[in-house]
Amino acid sequence: MDSGPVRRGICLAALLAASLCQQAAAAAPAEPRASALLQLLHNDCGACHGLSLKGGLGSPLTPQALAGKPADSLVATILNGRPGTPMPPWRPFLSEEEAQWLVQLLQQGGAR
Amino acid sequence: MAGSTLATGRRTLARLLAPLLCLALAACASTPLRGTGDLGVVIERASGSVQIVDNTHEQSLARVQGLGDLSHASVVFSRDARYAYVFGRDGAISKVDLLTARLVKRVEQASNSIGGAISSDGRVIAAQNYSPGGVKLFDADSLQLLSSISTAAFGGGESKVVGLADMPGNRFAFALYDSGEIWLLDASTPTAPKVQRFEHIGKQPYDGLASSDGRYFIAGLYGEDGLALFDSWHADAGVRRILGGYGRGRQALPVYKMPHLRGWSIAGDYAFLPAIGQHEVLVADNRSWKQAGSVPVLGQPVFVMAEPGGRRVWVNFAFPDNDKLQVIDVPSRQVIKTLQPGRAILHMEFTARGDAVWLSSRDDNKLVVIDTATLTTRSTLPALEPSGIFFTWRASRMGM
Repeated sequence: MDSGPVRRGICLAALLAASLCQQAAAAAPAEPRASALLQLLHNDCGACHGLSLKGGLGSPLTPQALAGKPADSLVATILNGRPGTPMPPWRPFLSEEEAQWLVQLLQQGGAR
Repeated sequence: MAGSTLATGRRTLARLLAPLLCLALAACASTPLRGTGDLGVVIERASGSVQIVDNTHEQSLARVQGLGDLSHASVVFSRDARYAYVFGRDGAISKVDLLTARLVKRVEQASNSIGGAISSDGRVIAAQNYSPGGVKLFDADSLQLLSSISTAAFGGGESKVVGLADMPGNRFAFALYDSGEIWLLDASTPTAPKVQRFEHIGKQPYDGLASSDGRYFIAGLYGEDGLALFDSWHADAGVRRILGGYGRGRQALPVYKMPHLRGWSIAGDYAFLPAIGQHEVLVADNRSWKQAGSVPVLGQPVFVMAEPGGRRVWVNFAFPDNDKLQVIDVPSRQVIKTLQPGRAILHMEFTARGDAVWLSSRDDNKLVVIDTATLTTRSTLPALEPSGIFFTWRASRMGM
């Protein structure tokens, strides 16, 4: 008997639950700030990482590329930059909570 | 019976065709012949389209869609300035006919790319790739692949290619971001190109330029203060460092957008180059390549472009100063004007003889045409998140 669809259904539910939990971890900023941050992500991060976040001089920021990377270290990279590479510190323009929200969006593929 | 059916068929066909034919003739009669010398292409980055614009009448002629991911795109022109080759971020080359405003050919040649060049004889298109790295050569007419040049030789995977520029004699120069090299590619036999490598040119070259006489190739370095210079008249002398230590121990400021280098940096006796991590424009003597000074500006320069006459240099800036422009007077090396014509001014392009400069204002969805004599806005045109503007005078210039 093929239990594929049922198993897939359960997996999907588990994924949804997981993403809901993570969303609780970093709430979306109120508008218009959320839109401004998405604009920043696609245009200014996108200058190096690509408008569609598939990479360029900077590495790709797709959910696949970020899978398994600890969110904390990604948040730290956004805020502090990465010395020795062209990644600059974005701390002057973003709060820690906002960086967490962006990382969550990127990891879940919800940035588009 | 059959004959009469045929005759009826012919009459019907004639009745149907006659108005079409009239329409077609009328269309021909109402569309005057035109040249391409005052045309240009504007990249609309978010929508994957380009606008074809007329820089004499300052108007948009057409929009061509379906060009893929143009979040970073560059354009070169066929030698007759009829076709634009658009290199997209998604690794595609799109060949656009400026006269019919149609996409005539599109090849997906890599998965991530930002630019390319056309050979001095106009027959070969070279694409520079980030992923999977390397350079590919294509026939300019058919976009058939002619050869592929791997940059994997340094042993760390394929290096990203930056700063690809055409040089005289069907050669191309480019820099390798990951391995810190400059390669000179002789494509005079494009199916069997030859490579000359220059290693250890400096850390993290991010872009390059060929001087408009095709003699020099300069790679900008992100990883250190200075640039790498190759003099093709003295190729055996190799690559040397210029403008080393321009930061002179000062704290490097964050760079929120990489500068762009092209042959328009050279004005009169000097080259004007963006400093990395300093809010200044570097000035170098364009023969000795010694630093002749620097001009403080309000942010991290992105494009540092000389007017065609070389008298003034225009500078735009990285985030968060990308709503401003500064104009530098070359003889006095002073900023003479700061302009604020729109939000996110990403790209500038002068008309061939410099009477006007066109600006892309991404966040205001407009193009702004500034009169260079009065430094005032002459017109604005709507555009969808515009970025690069490329006029057809580039077709006859090296290093563009």
